[in-house]
Amino acid sequence: MTAVLENSAEPDATPEVGAVPSFDVTLRIRRFNPEASEAAAYWEEFTVTAYGTDRVLDAMHKIKWEVDGSLTFRRSCAHGICGSDAMRINGRNRLACKALLKDLDPSKPITIEPIKGLPVVKDLVVDMEPFFASYREIMPFLITSGNAPSAERLQSAEQRERYDDTTKCILCAACTSSCPVFWNDGQYFGPAAIVNAHRFIFDSRDEGAEQRLEILNDKEGVWRCRTVFNCTEACPRGIEVTKAIQEVKRAMITRAF
Amino acid sequence: MQTHQYDVVIVGAGGAGMRAALESSTRARTAVLTKLYPTRSHTGAAQGGMCAALANVEEDNWEWHTFDTVKGGDYLVDQDAAEVMAKEAIEAVLDLERMGLPFNRTPEGRIDQRRFGGHTRNHGEAAVRRSCYAADRTGHMILQTLYQQCVKQEVSFFNEFYVLDVLLTEDLSTGEVPEGTPVRASGVVAYELATGEIHVFRAKSVVFATGGAGKIFKTTSNAHTLTGDGMALALRRGIPLEDMEFFQFHPTGLAGLGILLSEAARGEGGILRNSEGERFMERYAPTIKDLAPRDMVARAMANEVREGRGCGPEKDYVLLDLTHLEPAHIDAKLPDITEFARTYLGVEPYTEPVPVYPTAHYAMGGVPTTIDAEVLRNPTDVVGGLFAAGEVACVSVHGANRLGTNSLLDINVFGKRAGIAAAAYAATADWLDLPEDPTALVIGEIERMRDKAQGERVSDVRRELQETMDANAQVFRTAESLEKARDDVRALKKRYLSVSVQDKGRRFNTDLLEALELGFLLDLAEVVVAGALAREESRGGHFREDFPTRDDEKFLHHTMAYLRRGATPDETEVTLGTKPVTMTRYQPMERKY
Repeated sequence: MTAVLENSAEPDATPEVGAVPSFDVTLRIRRFNPEASEAAAYWEEFTVTAYGTDRVLDAMHKIKWEVDGSLTFRRSCAHGICGSDAMRINGRNRLACKALLKDLDPSKPITIEPIKGLPVVKDLVVDMEPFFASYREIMPFLITSGNAPSAERLQSAEQRERYDDTTKCILCAACTSSCPVFWNDGQYFGPAAIVNAHRFIFDSRDEGAEQRLEILNDKEGVWRCRTVFNCTEACPRGIEVTKAIQEVKRAMITRAF
Repeated sequence: MQTHQYDVVIVGAGGAGMRAALESSTRARTAVLTKLYPTRSHTGAAQGGMCAALANVEEDNWEWHTFDTVKGGDYLVDQDAAEVMAKEAIEAVLDLERMGLPFNRTPEGRIDQRRFGGHTRNHGEAAVRRSCYAADRTGHMILQTLYQQCVKQEVSFFNEFYVLDVLLTEDLSTGEVPEGTPVRASGVVAYELATGEIHVFRAKSVVFATGGAGKIFKTTSNAHTLTGDGMALALRRGIPLEDMEFFQFHPTGLAGLGILLSEAARGEGGILRNSEGERFMERYAPTIKDLAPRDMVARAMANEVREGRGCGPEKDYVLLDLTHLEPAHIDAKLPDITEFARTYLGVEPYTEPVPVYPTAHYAMGGVPTTIDAEVLRNPTDVVGGLFAAGEVACVSVHGANRLGTNSLLDINVFGKRAGIAAAAYAATADWLDLPEDPTALVIGEIERMRDKAQGERVSDVRRELQETMDANAQVFRTAESLEKARDDVRALKKRYLSVSVQDKGRRFNTDLLEALELGFLLDLAEVVVAGALAREESRGGHFREDFPTRDDEKFLHHTMAYLRRGATPDETEVTLGTKPVTMTRYQPMERKY
């Protein structure tokens, strides 16, 4: 269940590690300084030299470290597992640390904007609180009744596999902020919250499915999903997000999970 | 300035911090201050598993696990602490399962276990299946599960708050507070990233769970944010750091990038090969071969490259071969790391071996603590109300070399202990007055950097630091290379005084934070190098080519490094002391695998 390989069409493009040529790349970045006298967003272009294995994040670091220290973005692990650096790159939500420049056609400027639907705080940094508030609402924790067992709860490999896909979520918000319903209606729970509800609804150890389904049966719940598939395309972890939402919808009707 | 008051303040929201919070928040009013959103913490990058002698798939017991940990740490492990960890490992894994962690399962539905480097049956007979895991995402699952439980318990988080000082009742940095004098922590000073505001948190107990410091090196598996903040803050306030010369270089970082490929790849059958296609680990560790402890494998790899058997155009890496494994098996057990190889190097692990080379991974050393996570200010005195757990701490359960999976175990066992101990201390301790003007130091440093119109670039100083550490204080060290590193670090510390930041704003000033983090890195690098220079032997992760053997007579002790004020206010010097190793069951033996 790995994510789709983005450059699968050209596996021979990198002949040997260490023998990669350099190239110039232009980044067209959406800037916003909340402390400027007239705080308005604007575009700014930077051209830097990059190498074959460089990611968008490397180019952004180069700008921040060598050209303009005020360029502001979140990042941490730099290899796609912490979920800090989701941004809109050439119109598509990605993690800056997982998008290789060579896969983005560096002959043209690469546009970088903050993810949509969340308030912009500064440059590429958005206020994540509304996103996490939705996550918290769906009760994203194992709910059980009775006494805890003295050893582990049993779960078959098949039962474990049932919800495997949605355990991969890193809460980067790439899916939620790619959803046109979420853009227009900030009250909508959004794909990420539903993915995390799915992770528990289909966990054989969990007994809170009914409660979560009630929450998601809300007018701002799963029924707002229009199966646009933007979320699935945006997920850097390769989670089949739209499918998970559909499974939650089905469970709502059949009450089978 | 805002002032807050909590019984317990936890600094850091990775595995150790959140595990501590789950304990303390049910017992005392608790706040967690974290420089990242909790789910961004680097616990999430851990892959292979968490060892515990559950004996779900084959015979095992905690005594074997204790022995492996002691031997793996080249006998610098405090054996009482290792025993606590190995015993409590079993409950720690079961705790996580009960919290909902989605472990891989055996056919009977129990938690599955697999092999991992240095973990053996019956004191080294053969590799044992001890690592409990969730594919190669065990750290991710632990981080998510602990965060889920924190949401359930409504733990109070202060997200994107950078703790920049810890307040103590005595100034320890002079080195003049006599042994036995009571010293207590009274709170922390934090910088709110979103606003630039300074906050003072008054607390009865402070728990440091700030993680590691891999960014002192250039090639590292660590996140950009792993800048040793907690270690450096303690050090600057006069608290020693223990065994900092022991840094683990993980054998299998993606070549040129340092991104971690779990040891689980070898646990599942992966093989390291040199340019001749030879399985070279057979020569270095005939019994357990590719599953030897990390320090030995990393050195073996570096040695292969040095002797001209490296691969690639520059002959500067070796290969991790998974091609004999079934693709379905790889997908089930190693999905993430194989995707890293595809994404970042364009290599298809089903059919091609993956270029790998050692990458700076883990600080065995850190803030010295007791087995109840109390911070020590010398070999015997604890600082009242100050606790540390996880990579920031040195209990010491890892000694000179940590075994794979024992870090996820450490954060769970000692995070839990820290949370319980911090709450218990707060239950009986009285409130202390804050020192006069508690924010002076922090505000002074921030203003100095922000106000300077022109100066050194943070990125230049940091790059030079990381380059000299990679070149001179990595897998192979000599007096000469370490003296070079020491001189370089000292020169960089001087240049650091004239660092300025371009971003003069108050809101979300990450430029400023990178400058502050660089200050931490420089202090820690100096301590690492000082310890490495003084330790004229080779043990675990510390290998001196000029002293290639272990010297128990002279060096079977922990290093305690203190930062003391020098002649001028801007000058500091590292002084070194020792602390005895606690031995209970095991006498040092030659370390063979």
